[in-house]
Amino acid sequence: MLSHMLTITQALYDQIVAHAREDHPDEACGVVAGPVGEGRPERFIPMLNAARSPTFYEFDSGDLLKLYREMDDRDEEPVIVYHSHTATEAYPSRTDITYANEPGAHYVLVSTADTDGAGEFQFRSYRIVEGEVTEEEVKVVQAY
Amino acid sequence: MAIEVRIPTILRTYTDGEKAVQGSGDTLAELFSDLDSRHSGIEARIVDEGKLRRFVNVYLNDEDVRFLDGISTKLADGDSVTILPAVAGGSV
Repeated sequence: MLSHMLTITQALYDQIVAHAREDHPDEACGVVAGPVGEGRPERFIPMLNAARSPTFYEFDSGDLLKLYREMDDRDEEPVIVYHSHTATEAYPSRTDITYANEPGAHYVLVSTADTDGAGEFQFRSYRIVEGEVTEEEVKVVQAY
Repeated sequence: MAIEVRIPTILRTYTDGEKAVQGSGDTLAELFSDLDSRHSGIEARIVDEGKLRRFVNVYLNDEDVRFLDGISTKLADGDSVTILPAVAGGSV
């Protein structure tokens, strides 16, 4: 069931932002996994951007297999798939929409454009289902 | 010859929600066409003009088949094939 809101702890929010800041000016990417069917992000898993690019990201294919095996073994799913845009706003690009293959996930986009004065810092969340983008509210809590 | 094929969430609409299905074939190309005979439409999501789609990863056991023989990779009884869409995107 789709909840049109992402509820995330302050600690996870801070980890995503720190990763995006660290990899700037390249795009950072990763997953926050959680128990299947519960929609609760719990386990922060930063991934290597195999493309090492300021305008593109892709999980390394070997890391991707390990990640999905591990989530499967732990009865987890990718609750959040996050990445950063480093010079543009935190809105899904055409590329992001084309390759969005997790209709159950919250797609979090962070913009680190503020680092170089190219825009404002943003942390936004979306559902991307069959090419349709729906932005949702982000609610940051101390604990679930 | 039985090959276990693990199906990603996004393609489970073709397999009635099954996470894994059985197939057969001497190569990956044959396996995907065999799968398509029971799960119509799945092959086109993986293969385009006789090649693996760029943003679909296919693994034979633990190995990305791009480092083997791609779609011509040979299969043996008991092999396990995993399909995973790439997690990719970008700002342009």
